[in-house]
Amino acid sequence: MSTLLSLFPLVAMALPLLGAVLIAFRPPGRAHRIAFGVSLSVLLLTFGMMQRFDWDHGATYQFANSFAVLPEMGVHLSYGVDAVAMWLVILTAVLQPICVKASKTAVTENHRAFYAWLTALQAPMLGVFFARDLVFFYTCFEFTLVPMYVLISLFGSTNRKKAATKFFLYTFTGSIIALAGLVYVAFTATKNGTVAWTFDIDTLASAARGMTLSEQSWVLLALMCGFAVKVPLFPVHTWLPLAHTEAPTAGSVVLAGVLLKLGTYAIYRFVLPFVPAAVVEYAGVIATICVIGILYGGLICWVQRDVKKLVAYSSVAHLGFCMLGMFALNMVGGVGSVLYMINHGLSTGALFLCIGMIYERYHTRSMQEMEGLAKAMPVWGFFMVFFTMASVGLPGLNGFVSEFMCLLGAFQSGAIGIGRGGTLGTLGPWYAVIAGSGMIVAAIYLLYMVGKVVFGPLREPGDHGHGHGHEAHAEPNALPRDLTAREIGVLAPLALGCIVLGVVPTPFIKTLEPSVAAAISHAQVAAKGALSGQPGVHEIAEARP
Amino acid sequence: MNLLIASVPIVEKLSYLGPEIVLFVATVVVMVLGLSPNHGVRRSCAGVSIVALVIAGVMSAWLPTPPHSLLPNLMPFAKMLVAAVGVLLVMALSGTVDREYESSLGRGGVFDGLRSTRGEFYAFILFSLTGLMLCASADDLIWLFLALELVSLPTYVMVSISTSGTRSQEAGIKYFFLGALGAAFFLYGFAMLYGATGTTMLFGDGVTPGIAEVLANNVATNGNIGGIALVGVVMSIVGVSFKIAAVPMHFYTADVYEGAASSVSAFLAFVPKAAGFISLMLLLSVVGWGYGGENSSLPEVLRVLLWVMAVMTMTVGNVLALLQTNVKRVLAYSSIAHSGYMLVGLIAGPGASGAPLSQNGLAATLFYLLCYGFMNLGTFAVLSCLERRPGEEIETFEDLRGLCRSYPILGWCMVICSLSLLGLPPLLGFAGKFYLFTSAISAGEIALVVIMGLNSAVAAFYYLRLAGAPLLEKSAGDEVSGCPYRSRGIAAALSAASVVALLPFAGRLMSASDKAATIRSPHAVAAVEPNAAK
Repeated sequence: MSTLLSLFPLVAMALPLLGAVLIAFRPPGRAHRIAFGVSLSVLLLTFGMMQRFDWDHGATYQFANSFAVLPEMGVHLSYGVDAVAMWLVILTAVLQPICVKASKTAVTENHRAFYAWLTALQAPMLGVFFARDLVFFYTCFEFTLVPMYVLISLFGSTNRKKAATKFFLYTFTGSIIALAGLVYVAFTATKNGTVAWTFDIDTLASAARGMTLSEQSWVLLALMCGFAVKVPLFPVHTWLPLAHTEAPTAGSVVLAGVLLKLGTYAIYRFVLPFVPAAVVEYAGVIATICVIGILYGGLICWVQRDVKKLVAYSSVAHLGFCMLGMFALNMVGGVGSVLYMINHGLSTGALFLCIGMIYERYHTRSMQEMEGLAKAMPVWGFFMVFFTMASVGLPGLNGFVSEFMCLLGAFQSGAIGIGRGGTLGTLGPWYAVIAGSGMIVAAIYLLYMVGKVVFGPLREPGDHGHGHGHEAHAEPNALPRDLTAREIGVLAPLALGCIVLGVVPTPFIKTLEPSVAAAISHAQVAAKGALSGQPGVHEIAEARP
Repeated sequence: MNLLIASVPIVEKLSYLGPEIVLFVATVVVMVLGLSPNHGVRRSCAGVSIVALVIAGVMSAWLPTPPHSLLPNLMPFAKMLVAAVGVLLVMALSGTVDREYESSLGRGGVFDGLRSTRGEFYAFILFSLTGLMLCASADDLIWLFLALELVSLPTYVMVSISTSGTRSQEAGIKYFFLGALGAAFFLYGFAMLYGATGTTMLFGDGVTPGIAEVLANNVATNGNIGGIALVGVVMSIVGVSFKIAAVPMHFYTADVYEGAASSVSAFLAFVPKAAGFISLMLLLSVVGWGYGGENSSLPEVLRVLLWVMAVMTMTVGNVLALLQTNVKRVLAYSSIAHSGYMLVGLIAGPGASGAPLSQNGLAATLFYLLCYGFMNLGTFAVLSCLERRPGEEIETFEDLRGLCRSYPILGWCMVICSLSLLGLPPLLGFAGKFYLFTSAISAGEIALVVIMGLNSAVAAFYYLRLAGAPLLEKSAGDEVSGCPYRSRGIAAALSAASVVALLPFAGRLMSASDKAATIRSPHAVAAVEPNAAK
C-alpha cells in the first residue's frame, strides 16, 4: 500500500484536534458549523479508507505505518487497521456528525467549549482503533477520559460533578493496573533485558503467549481490571448509569456508541491473542460474570422510572451479550460479538438521541410524567419504537443478528458439542440458555417503557411542554412539538444502518471473518490443548511463533 | 588519621566545580548589588542570578569526568537540570520579599531596613542552588554533608521572610528545627560509616580505598557490609528523608509549604528534594549496586526499608492530600507522594550493566525528578501569580475557580501541570511514571508497581479537583487579581510549556538520565586490600 494512503489514519486523527483548536479560537457562533464540517471531513476520509480497504485480506493491517516517537524506550507511533478496526472506525466517524447535529439546540451556552471538546474527543477514539503500538494505544485510551470528563461536568445535568468524577476515577484506576500488566508483558518480551524493549503489539502478543499459565492468568486479571471497567462488566459497572444519565445527549451517544467499545475492542485486541491459555482457563468465570450482568442489568432496568437510566442499564445487559459471544472463543461468537459492538452503537446511540429530544422539549426523563407521546409526536414515536425493536432484537433488525450469533456461539462452545456442530471452547448450552432468558427480560423492560411512554392516552409532562409546543416563538431555540427535519436527519441514517445490518448482514459478516479468525486462533489452540488434557501453553507458543 | 581530602589535588577538583564557582561569584555580586541605593540596580539582581544560572548550566555541559566518583556522569545532567529549573525558580521567586514589603509600606507600615533590599533573597536562592550542585559533585562524606547543609540553611531563612505573616515565621522555625534533627541523623550516620570504614571518601582512587571499596571488601570476605556500616547507612537514609519529605520525616511538609510564599514552596519542593535524591543515590551506590555480579543489589535490610518507606510515603501523601481544602497543602502532600514514586526508582536500582535504558531505575528517578521539577513548579507559580489582596496569595480551591476564563494562560497552565502531575498521557508526567513502571517491573517489583498505580488513582481525585476548578467551575466573582510581577507568569507558562514541549525530547532526556545514572564498580578489591587492612 502506498505511503500516501498510510497517511489517512494520521490525517483522520489530526483533523479533529486541529478542528478543536480552530473552534476554540473562532467566534462561538461558528462553533457548530466548524465542528460539523470537521466531522463530515473525517467521515469522508474514512469512507475513502473503506473504499481502498482490501476486504479480501481483512486480517492484514492496512494503511499501516510507523514513526519512532521514543525509540529509546521502544515506543513508536505505529498504526494500521484490520477489518474489525475498520468497521469500528467507520462507526466512530458516522456517529460524530450525528452527535454534532443533535446538539445544535440542546447546547445553549458555552458553544465553543462544547464543540471543541466533542471534536477533540474523536481523535483519541480513532487512535485507539488505529493503534498498533501499546503505548500509543494506552495514550489514546486514557486521553478519551479528559474530553468526556469535561463534557459531562460542564454540560451534564444536576448530578454531573459526581458522575464525571466517578467515570474518570473508575476508568483511570482500572487502566493503570492494565498498564502494569502490559508493561510486564513488554518486559517478558525483552527476555530479561537481552533484547531491546518494544511495544509493538504483535511482538508482545507472541511473547505473552510464551508465558506460563500462572503468569498469563495474572496478566489476564490486570488487563480485565482495566478493560472490564470500560465495557463495563457486572461488578464494576456502577459508573455507567450515572455517567450516562448525567451526560449531555451527545456525550451519552458517544459514550454508548464508541467509548464502551474501546473496552470490548481492547479485550478483543489484547486479551484474546495475548493470554489465550488463561482465557480458556477462565472463560467460564468471565462468561458467568457476563450472564450475571445480563440478568442483573435487565432486572434493574425493569424497575427504572428514568428513561435514560433504563437505556443506560440496558447497555450493561447488552454488552454482557457481546462479551459472552467473545469468550465463546469460536467464529460465530467472535463475529457476533464484533457485530454487536457496531449494532449496540447504532441502536443504543439512537435511543439516547430519542430520549434527548424528549428531554429538550419537556425537561424531564421520568416515565411517570409522560404517556402516549406518539399522539403528540408521531414521527418521534415511530423512531422510538423502531430503535427499541432494534435493541430488543426483533428479527429483521440488526440487534437480532448479533444477539443470536453471540448466543449461538456460547451454545456451541464447549466439549459437549464437539462433532455435533459444536466448537472448541469452554462455555456451553447452559450459558446460552440463561443468557437467553435475559433477552426476555430485555423485551419486558423495553416494551414496558415504550408502552408507557409512546402509547396509551396522551399525557405531556407539566405545562412546560405545552409552552414549548404552542409558543414556538417564545424562545430562540424553541422546538416544534414533533421532530424537526434536522432531528429526522439525525435519526434516519442510524435507522437505515439498523435495517441494512438486520436484513443483509452476510456480506458484512464475511468481511469480519478473517480478522476474527486470526484473533481467536490462539485461544482455539489453547482450548484444544485444554481439551486433550495438555497444559497447552507450549503448543500455543509453537503454533504461532 | 586518614585525611584523604588533602591527598587529592585541589586544583583537579576545582576543574569540575566551574558551575558552582560561577554561582558563588554571582551570589557575591548579587549581595553587593542589593546594597545599592539605586532602585534600578537593585532590580537587576534577578537578571544577574538568571544569567549566572544560564552560564553555569552551559558550563555543565563541558565538565570533565571526575575520576573519583561513583556516578561519573551524574554531574553534567544534575547541574544542567538544576540550572534549568533554577532559572524558572528565580523567575517565580522574583519580588517575593519586596512585594510583601511594598504593600506593607503602602498600608502605612514602618520602614524596615532588613526587608528593604532584595539582594539577600537572591543570594539565598543562589547559595541553595550552589549547594545542590555541590551535592552532585560530592565524592566525600564531609563534602556531602556540607553541601546538604548549604542547600538547606538558606531555605530556612527564605521560608521565614517570604511573607510578612506570622505563619511564615512559624513555618521557618518548624522547618529549621526538624531540619536540624534530620541533619543530626545523617551526620551521625555519616560518622558511623566513617567509623566502619576508616575513610570519608565515597570512592577510592585505585591507591587509597574509599568507603565503596572497603564495604565491597567486607561483602567479599564476610558476605555483608558489616553492622555498623549498615546502621550508618540506615541513619543517613532516615536523615535524608527529611530533605525529600518522605516518611518518617515528612511531618513538616504541609505546614511549611502552607506558611511560606507559594514560590518559596515551589523552591522547597524541588531543591532540597533533588539534593536528597542525589545524596541517596550516592549513599546507596556505595553500599550496593556498584559491586557488579551477584552482589550488585542493595542489602536486603535496605531494600525492605526503602520499600516500606516508598509505600508509606506515597500512601500517606495521597490519602492526606485528599482531605485538604488548601491548594498549597494539597500540593505539599502531593509532593510527599511524588517522593514515594521516586523512591520506587531507587528500589529498582540501576539494572544490569548493558541492559536497555528502560530498566535503569536510577535513571527513572532522575528523569522523574526532571518532570516533577517542571510540572510542580508550574502549579506553584500559578498560585504565586494571583492574589486576593496585594501581597496575599491565593491558596484555596475557590480562588482557582474559573481561572481559565479570567486568566486563560494561568488557568491552562494549572490544568496542564495538574494533569501532568496526575500522570495523564501524553504529558511529561506520564512519561516519568511510565519510566518508573518499566524499571520497577524489570526489577521484579510488581507489587510496588501495583501499589504505585493505585496511589496514582487516589491522586487522580485531587488532581482532578485542581484541574477542574479553573477549567470547569464558574468564578464566584471574587476579587482575585494578578500580581504585578510578570516574570512569575512567564515561569508558570514556561513550566507548562515544557510539560508539553519536552515530550518529543523525552527519549533523549531518558538517554541522558540513563547515562547520568551509570554506576562505576569499585576498584578491584584485591588491589586495595593492603590499604584497607591499614
